Amino acid sequence: MVLSVAEALGSRAIRAARFLGKMGVFLGASLARAAVPPYRVHNILKQVHFIGVKSVFVIVLTAAFTGMVLALQGFYTLRKFGSEGLLGSAVALSLIRELGPVLSALMVTGRAGSALTAEIGIMRIGEQIDSLETMGIDPIRFLVAPRLLAFLLSVPLLTAIFDVVGMFGGYLVGVKLLGVNAGVYLGQMESSVVLGDVTNGIWKSLAFALLIAWVCTFKGYFARHGAEGVSQATTSAVVVSSVLVLVCDYFITSVLL
Amino acid sequence: MQVGNDGIRAEPDTRAPEEWICKPCSVGPYTGAKREPVFRLVGVEKTLDGRKVLDGVTLAIPRGQITAIIGLSGAGKSLLLKHMIGLMKPDRGQVLLDGVDINRLTREGLYETRKRFGMLFQGGALFDSLTVFENVAFPLREKTDMPEGEIRGKVRAILRKVGLEKAEEKFPDELSGGMVRRAALARAVVMDPEIILFDEPTTGLDPIIRNSILNLICRTYHEHHFTMVMISHDLPDIFQWCHHVAVVHGGKVVEVGTPEEIRGSVTPFVRQLVDGDIAGPVQMM
Repeated sequence: MVLSVAEALGSRAIRAARFLGKMGVFLGASLARAAVPPYRVHNILKQVHFIGVKSVFVIVLTAAFTGMVLALQGFYTLRKFGSEGLLGSAVALSLIRELGPVLSALMVTGRAGSALTAEIGIMRIGEQIDSLETMGIDPIRFLVAPRLLAFLLSVPLLTAIFDVVGMFGGYLVGVKLLGVNAGVYLGQMESSVVLGDVTNGIWKSLAFALLIAWVCTFKGYFARHGAEGVSQATTSAVVVSSVLVLVCDYFITSVLL
Repeated sequence: MQVGNDGIRAEPDTRAPEEWICKPCSVGPYTGAKREPVFRLVGVEKTLDGRKVLDGVTLAIPRGQITAIIGLSGAGKSLLLKHMIGLMKPDRGQVLLDGVDINRLTREGLYETRKRFGMLFQGGALFDSLTVFENVAFPLREKTDMPEGEIRGKVRAILRKVGLEKAEEKFPDELSGGMVRRAALARAVVMDPEIILFDEPTTGLDPIIRNSILNLICRTYHEHHFTMVMISHDLPDIFQWCHHVAVVHGGKVVEVGTPEEIRGSVTPFVRQLVDGDIAGPVQMM
């Protein structure tokens, strides 16, 4: 009995180690292909358009309402302490340090990451990836590397858009709706945000971009068992990426602070 | 010439029959045994999900001939093909291409070697985001420095040969099964490979389209004398379209020979397979 439990645990541990090793090797291969020329500029731009440009609308919408609700909550909380004047800095710092990178990453995961997994997964089960291999074309270089680079380019830019739109949303609610002085709101924002906050946000968004691209391409690349397999891979990619973004956010924050 | 939706001629073909009727057996007597084989699989073993799917396969593929690999579904035929092109690595054994073990090649060496191959997958494996033209042009654009004008000329010529000149702007999901296979065949031959592997090129097609695909494969063979390896379930028809047959069963090659030899085999399993008998060593129900 004890032996069989130990055996089962050991077997699970070996499987987990193999899986993590496979993911590690995949990430290494993807980064190596992405770093070494020739770069597929056309492919990269096409992916930037899909991941970045097509995500702008959802990012703007999410950012505006996030900024607005932050201002609303922040105003009533700060008023208890007679510190409504700090609303600008509260909104700006929350967005730049935390909410901008995290929410942008989550939105991009849902919109582009899932589509990416499904697209690569369908290519896998339709033998299109094997077909690339038989033509002597490295599928990781052809499919994964351009998407990885596109994520690394797009997510920080989307985060920047999120931050700016979020602060504007906060301005609308804080200044126009709740009557905070515009000069105080913007002045507090300017005086409290330092370059370090912005660079921290950029580092976070780069890390999240790498994470999403890695998980979503990996899940699609190794999808199996037909349409159901692709559907499971897509769900799993979104769930794992989202959870990892939040987990990594904690660790990155604790290192950067 | 008028071509229907599926690319099948809508009016009688005015060409002389010898121009388009292909009879591979008419190329002469089987001489594969005298030649150095292009492929040699030696004791290839592969286990997947705890099941031994290839159990010491030893097989030689003659150069410049059409070899058919036949067997029951799930016998490991497609895996065998994937091992030949290096898409899968055996747990044991060797896959020798002109005497070189392809599993010992570096990645770059393997990709270089694959320039010698064309492969037609069971479902065509066309890139669904590209048109028929772009699919066929894809290997030329990716793997050669050929000017775009030459690429266009070459692709159009091949599409004309497979009867898809009017479908070049269509996407794979707009094509019928037969058209997909023909487009895939065009893509497989566009790089002028020495070896073409076919994974069930006619499965799921009606008899007329099936014969048109086999005819096309055969015509391509007559023009270029590529080495061809074809997995097929079209028994006994396939015997008319190949020079050499290998029978796979239980992860092993159980018999090889000319179509006549396989047709006349006395091995119980081969007899059952060729005749399609329910009774025999393999009981399905």
